[in-house]
Amino acid sequence: MWTWFYRLASPPYVYGVAARLAPWFLGFAAVTIGYGLVAGLVFAPPDYQQGDAFRIIYVHAPSAWMSLFSYTTMAIAGAIALIWRIKMGHAVAAASAPIGASFTLLALVTGSLWGRPMWGTYWAWDPRLTSELILLFLYAGMMSLRSAFEDPARGDRAAALLGIVGLVNVPIIHYSVVWWNSLHQGATVAKLGKPAMPGSMLWPLLSMLLGFMLFYGAVLCMRLQGEVLNRERQAKWIREAIG
Amino acid sequence: MTGTLLLSMGASSMGFWAMGGYARFVWPCFAFAGLVLAWNWWSARRYHAAARVRAARTLAMAASEQS
Repeated sequence: MWTWFYRLASPPYVYGVAARLAPWFLGFAAVTIGYGLVAGLVFAPPDYQQGDAFRIIYVHAPSAWMSLFSYTTMAIAGAIALIWRIKMGHAVAAASAPIGASFTLLALVTGSLWGRPMWGTYWAWDPRLTSELILLFLYAGMMSLRSAFEDPARGDRAAALLGIVGLVNVPIIHYSVVWWNSLHQGATVAKLGKPAMPGSMLWPLLSMLLGFMLFYGAVLCMRLQGEVLNRERQAKWIREAIG
Repeated sequence: MTGTLLLSMGASSMGFWAMGGYARFVWPCFAFAGLVLAWNWWSARRYHAAARVRAARTLAMAASEQS
């Protein structure tokens, strides 16, 4: 049962899997994002309260979800690397950080542009916005910490620890709209039994979410290949891998 | 007839780009999203390519030291 798990410790295996998966992820991401864009921008009706400004949700919500997903992936990969001493966990965490940081920045910028017409301000020190900003700082901190040590192994361990500690921010971001009075609207899709959107608005959103996840997978695989090559430069299998 | 059709198409196209008066908020969001996705793809490709060059250089140095 654990064979597949321990195979993930093998750099040539991880490199090969990442190389095979990346083009598939990218292809399916293009299709789902393409459908989501056309259906969301052209065919979805305007919101009865927010008008056409609601269409910002098609990039804002997926990027916000991905900022949390990427961070959780990074923290779990770091924990696996620390607990089982699987070096590839550090490689996954290092590859995931810049992608997650860019999605967090995208969520903050699009949220700010949505906030201006809806709340009358680009920024408010609201629990959801503030905790998402802290997430961006956590990403930046992890990337800086990893490169701050002369010994890369120490940098990896320090970044993994920060990642695990920072994981506490993920449920805070998610539940901030429930726990505190927030300007930010509540969950739209999380209520699986009864989503707060009709199908014509919901399907493009789900398609964009899937597209962003697949795109994340594609870029993660590409970055992971680079990470593995950088970490295994001296290994014999590299000669066959890079031809 | 054709003129009327073109006019109505033009009007609906104008309405689409106007986004109900929210164009200056909606389009920058999508433009920035496109930029972020493009940057991610480009930087990942560049990172991988640079790592390949470094690995090839290390292999070449090791081979020359052996010979």
